[in-house]
Amino acid sequence: MPEPQARLTSVTKVFETPQGAAVHALGPIDLALERGEFLTVVGPSGCGKTTLLELLAGLTVPTAGVVTFEGEPLGGRVPPGVGVVFQEDASLPWLTVWDNIAFGLRRAGVAAQEIRARVDRAVDFMGLGAFARAYPAQLSGGMRQRVCIARTLVLEPRLILLDEPFGALDQQTRLLMGDELLRLWRESGATVLLITHAIDEAVMLADRIAVMSARPGRIIDLVETGWPAQRSSRIVEDEAFGRLTAHVWSKLRAESMKALGRDQVGVSRE
Amino acid sequence: MSRIVRAQIGAIASFIAVLELLTRLGVIDRLTMIPPSEMAGQLWRLLTEGALNAPMAQTFVNVALAFVLSVSVGMASGLAIHALPRLRRLADPLLASYYAVPFFVFYPLLIAIFGLNRWPLVAIGFVFGTAAVVIATLNGLDRVPRVMRKLARVHRLGRIEEAFLIVLPAAVPHLFTGLKLALAYAFIGVIAGEFILSGSGLGHAIAYAYDSFDNETMYALMLFVLVLAIALNAALHLCEQRLLRRRRRA
Amino acid sequence: MSARAAERSPTIRRVGDTGALVIIALFLWQGLYELVGDVALTPPIATFAHAGSLLRSGPFLRHLAATADAFAVSVAIGSFAGVAAGLALGFHRFSGEVAEPILTALYTLPKVTLYPLVLLVFGLGISAKIAFGIMHGIIPVILFTMGAVRNIEPVHLKTARVLRLSPWQTVTTVLAPAVIPEIFTGLRVGFSLTLLGVIIGEMFASQRGLGFLVINGINTHDVPTMMAVILLIIIFAIAASSLLLTADRSLHRRG
Repeated sequence: MPEPQARLTSVTKVFETPQGAAVHALGPIDLALERGEFLTVVGPSGCGKTTLLELLAGLTVPTAGVVTFEGEPLGGRVPPGVGVVFQEDASLPWLTVWDNIAFGLRRAGVAAQEIRARVDRAVDFMGLGAFARAYPAQLSGGMRQRVCIARTLVLEPRLILLDEPFGALDQQTRLLMGDELLRLWRESGATVLLITHAIDEAVMLADRIAVMSARPGRIIDLVETGWPAQRSSRIVEDEAFGRLTAHVWSKLRAESMKALGRDQVGVSRE
Repeated sequence: MSRIVRAQIGAIASFIAVLELLTRLGVIDRLTMIPPSEMAGQLWRLLTEGALNAPMAQTFVNVALAFVLSVSVGMASGLAIHALPRLRRLADPLLASYYAVPFFVFYPLLIAIFGLNRWPLVAIGFVFGTAAVVIATLNGLDRVPRVMRKLARVHRLGRIEEAFLIVLPAAVPHLFTGLKLALAYAFIGVIAGEFILSGSGLGHAIAYAYDSFDNETMYALMLFVLVLAIALNAALHLCEQRLLRRRRRA
Repeated sequence: MSARAAERSPTIRRVGDTGALVIIALFLWQGLYELVGDVALTPPIATFAHAGSLLRSGPFLRHLAATADAFAVSVAIGSFAGVAAGLALGFHRFSGEVAEPILTALYTLPKVTLYPLVLLVFGLGISAKIAFGIMHGIIPVILFTMGAVRNIEPVHLKTARVLRLSPWQTVTTVLAPAVIPEIFTGLRVGFSLTLLGVIIGEMFASQRGLGFLVINGINTHDVPTMMAVILLIIIFAIAASSLLLTADRSLHRRG
């Protein structure tokens, strides 16, 4: 059995507020990401989804438990081979689209010819050909996210983490971007973890869905979708889609109500 | 040209025209003000005669020194204060009440310390401008979007790489604001200082002309300083526009 | 109170930080004095003592009164005229947009350029000082007031109409609370700048007032008086501006 791409073992994360109170944000969580799978994480707001992603990326360290990537514990650094697409727009406004995409490659010391080849290919792949010399300020939100995705892809990561990448987009654009993401996943063979609050998106894209509880976030269900690899947004027509969506919502509903009713201060229950 | 710009040009032109009229008609007497056209004519004469070369050079050097000092010290301090929270806690009350202090009161003190030369002038311009640079630098560093810092870690940039490749470009708009303020303040500080108590420079030339009842020279110089200030500020403004044009949301 | 509890209270922290700053400043002052000597500076303790004695001396108090008079009038006229102009320019959009760049440009000009003109028009004396003060402080008042008016949300006005408020009620319950914080900030900035203007005016255009005393100290080599007056001016400036800042902050919090 090959080593999972990444694994969280009994991971807990507790934050300290500036006033000194302890916020139990996440955990304990046990999760193994199988190589090449597409896993979505869905949960009510504030449940720690972003924290989960940052733990997997090495952007933050767990308060308890171990996070490993390809068998090696992370130790607070982002390992090579991991790519992240953030929720906020992380395109660099002072660089052209082309230079944005090339950004990571240049830092990694890749040869100039190789950089040119890879970036040109990514620009093509993501449909950014007409905008290669433009600046992010001249693009729409969806295009800018594509730039960020392209920038991640050119580094050929083995694990791609996406934090609500389509959150700022309208529903229809979202579905189309989802199709593109599936295409990229198939072509790259990478493992993908995508966080979303939209249940239909979670069900449509995933091999497995991790359903999270309200804070402190724990995984209350892992749903296998059984979708074929060659899927697209048209999967919404499948009968199983409705069943799965209903199932996920039934798990989430109570948690969402809890999250909604929670007071704003967020001090630990103890 | 938009309506607004036309209105602005119109307003300024009318103002000058009214002044011209009132001074020529004697409603404003010559001892108070000379017509703007004569101001310009006199200025032209002085420039072509080279009479302004010496004071210009003096003022220019003073302003340049004050500007360079306040920008370098200001940015370095801003970086340091941003990096050290304890230092920032000390600096915050200082920066908050900084511009409440009428700095010109220190001018005689600086003369007592440095003597009656250019250094009190440079010091005043420096003191005036530095806080603005520090505040602008802190602003710029504070406002680097958090997601960009996370990006730096995802790409495993070292601290120096992060500073030059992400923090600096992201902060440039604010840093430029600091630059504009530093220049304006250096100019104001130096000229005011020269006017109040100095032996050379454009400010002194104005005061001397005033004391000698030489209205023609005085107004010519005042016009010159005005034009100079506007030109300097406009130049920096244009630089800023060009630099940041591509970043603006269309 | 335990150290940790002191850590938590922001007011105590701020006082502590300011205290530390003051102590550092005093040390630097003393150090500078050691370097430069009696010819240029007086040390902290001596200066405070001299300031104290000045405050008890009649002649000084007359100078103080001269400055205070000019300052008070400048602030009053500048604030009133500034707010009025700012309101007018804020409500009449076109004029506001035309005026704003011109005002901003005037703000960055060395106002010293206009001093001779002011002197020629007003002569030497208190009117010139008042003119200087107003000249320095009025523009921020106008700009901030303009900004405050322009930032009134249309939706607030619509809400007032839906609630069928009378014009007076609209002004007092919707408009005033919306604009007062920004206007106050403008007044606060104008306050400090007006003080600067009045003192500069005294430095070369008057025989009375604190600014005159400072310059006079140079001419008569009376370093202790010069330093004591500077100290008093600075203490006043910082104390007044801190009070205004606190008021400003609480106004903004409520808004």
